[in-house]
Amino acid sequence: MSLLARLAVTRPAFELDLTLEVAPGEVVALLGPNGAGKTTALRALAGLTAMTSGGRIDLDGRPLHTLPADRRPIGVVFQDYLLFPHLSALDNVAFGPRCKGVGKAEARRAAAALLERVGLADHAAAKPRRLSGGQAQRVALARALAVRPRLLLLDEPLAALDAHTRLEIRSQLRRHLADFDGVTVLVTHDPLDAMVLADRLIVIEHGSIVQQGTPSEVARHPRTDYVARLVGLNLYRGVADGTRVEVGELLFSTSDRLDGAAFVAFPPAAVALYRSRPDGSPRNLWQARIDGIERHGDNVRVHLDGPITAFADITPAALAELDLAPGRQVWASVKATETHAYPA
Amino acid sequence: MVTINRAGPVEPHGGSTAGRRPSGRLPWMLVLPALLGLAFLVLPLAGLLVRAPWPTLLERLTEPHVLEALRLSLLCATIATAVCLLLGVPLAWLLARVDFPGRRLVRALVTVPLVLPPVVGGVALLLVLGRRGLIGHSLEASFGITLPFTTVGVIVAEAFVAMPFLVISVEGALRAADQRFEEAAATLGASRWTVFRRVTLPMVMPGVAAGAVLCWARALGEFGATITFAGNFPGTTRTMPLAVYLALETEPEAAIVLSLVLLAVSVVILAGLRDRWVSTP
Repeated sequence: MSLLARLAVTRPAFELDLTLEVAPGEVVALLGPNGAGKTTALRALAGLTAMTSGGRIDLDGRPLHTLPADRRPIGVVFQDYLLFPHLSALDNVAFGPRCKGVGKAEARRAAAALLERVGLADHAAAKPRRLSGGQAQRVALARALAVRPRLLLLDEPLAALDAHTRLEIRSQLRRHLADFDGVTVLVTHDPLDAMVLADRLIVIEHGSIVQQGTPSEVARHPRTDYVARLVGLNLYRGVADGTRVEVGELLFSTSDRLDGAAFVAFPPAAVALYRSRPDGSPRNLWQARIDGIERHGDNVRVHLDGPITAFADITPAALAELDLAPGRQVWASVKATETHAYPA
Repeated sequence: MVTINRAGPVEPHGGSTAGRRPSGRLPWMLVLPALLGLAFLVLPLAGLLVRAPWPTLLERLTEPHVLEALRLSLLCATIATAVCLLLGVPLAWLLARVDFPGRRLVRALVTVPLVLPPVVGGVALLLVLGRRGLIGHSLEASFGITLPFTTVGVIVAEAFVAMPFLVISVEGALRAADQRFEEAAATLGASRWTVFRRVTLPMVMPGVAAGAVLCWARALGEFGATITFAGNFPGTTRTMPLAVYLALETEPEAAIVLSLVLLAVSVVILAGLRDRWVSTP
């Protein structure tokens, strides 16, 4: 049981074309900025958006793209959940089985069992407007699972939740996804959701795949500016020669050894700032102009302009000590041991 | 969707809800015509109440021919509304949900009876469904069914005139309803018919109910098309409006009584609409 798909959708000024291969039991997250085509991809999988010729979806070796949405063995959790407002939580969950021809009593029994599994047995009779965001999310999940789908699709499953609820629901959702033996594809723009929930990330920009891999691979070795920003790394493209990588006019020393086109990445926290050129001969040193300063968690994020644009995270104490302000010239350096290079 | 504007109380200054309004004198150029307009709408109804023969009201109301007309009116309007629901809701769905060539034209055609003088509607019905009409001819020849000048004819005339109210109301509700719920239902395995029955229809029910009430009220007051197509026979086609018109020539007091009944029905409908449907979001 597996998913093999080439999703092709053409719209005015937008083209989606990506190939997916997902193993049974695997959870894949489509990650990308707004307008990248993530939701379109999900809708194409669900049969809610028509594909252009060349598009093809095979699930367990059987073609899916020839079937209308209501004939596909899928379960979808929508971004706003879209629980039917006129039905109770129980009847929302029982809706799918009823459509598949299961008798009323049996569908309700199955729905009650699912609600129990997501911890909402007490809210079976509640109408959706009486449910909190987290509860509605769990009802939506139960409703999608009630049809025993082979392909589970989740569109921004946590986006509508507040920060506290999100934390709790995220870990619950992770558990439910681990129990699910079919193929799961989820769409999110939140890197944390993607990394916690998914076994594999597929990063989409402008309708095509720009990077994929396990969460740790993607987090350590971003390949586009968008991914680098998501995982919080400074990223540059350069040419490597042994342990040195030339990035524009700068020469970076790294702990990795490679040749040819390369990426250089280092975390903002590894960047040290100085008012005057530091003594000794620290490598990876450049002169920069401060472009902006903002709070970043407990620290301060300094935006640097110059031969390269970079972020530097320093403590508020260091900020005060260095007397930094936008427009100031500073020296920036990063240790070779914290500078990673990998093939581009 | 057809909505009914509720004339709220005017609060010129200092009212609790007037907080955000710009204060200042009300322009008489607007207030004066507004008050005249209000008087123009309300005075005739007040006149009806003033001239009503209150002492003999009950007696007149229970006269057999009044009861007969009332019974016939309620029966025909209700059946006509049922017919409109049966045909009009699917028609509204077609207009709102299915993209077919000529949809704009069809929508325009549907609203024609809304602006057409009812008498013209009655003439048109006679030409098509009359005994020598295009369809009426074969109806009578093949099945022995005659529509004009029968109670069924009254229902046909009322449905013809009232259906656009229902279609417009329901179509508006359908357009306003979030279609993503229908998509969600489809992903759960619901066929288009199941989606309509279990998701779409319950969600647009307020619009359907409002449309049905408007439709019923219009059917109840129908005069022109009814008298043209169905005639004016006591017991079979003489509905309340027809009885009012007839009574006006012979005994005006009876006409007032009948009018009062129709007025009462209208007020009850408006009140019902306001509280239950029109004000629900």
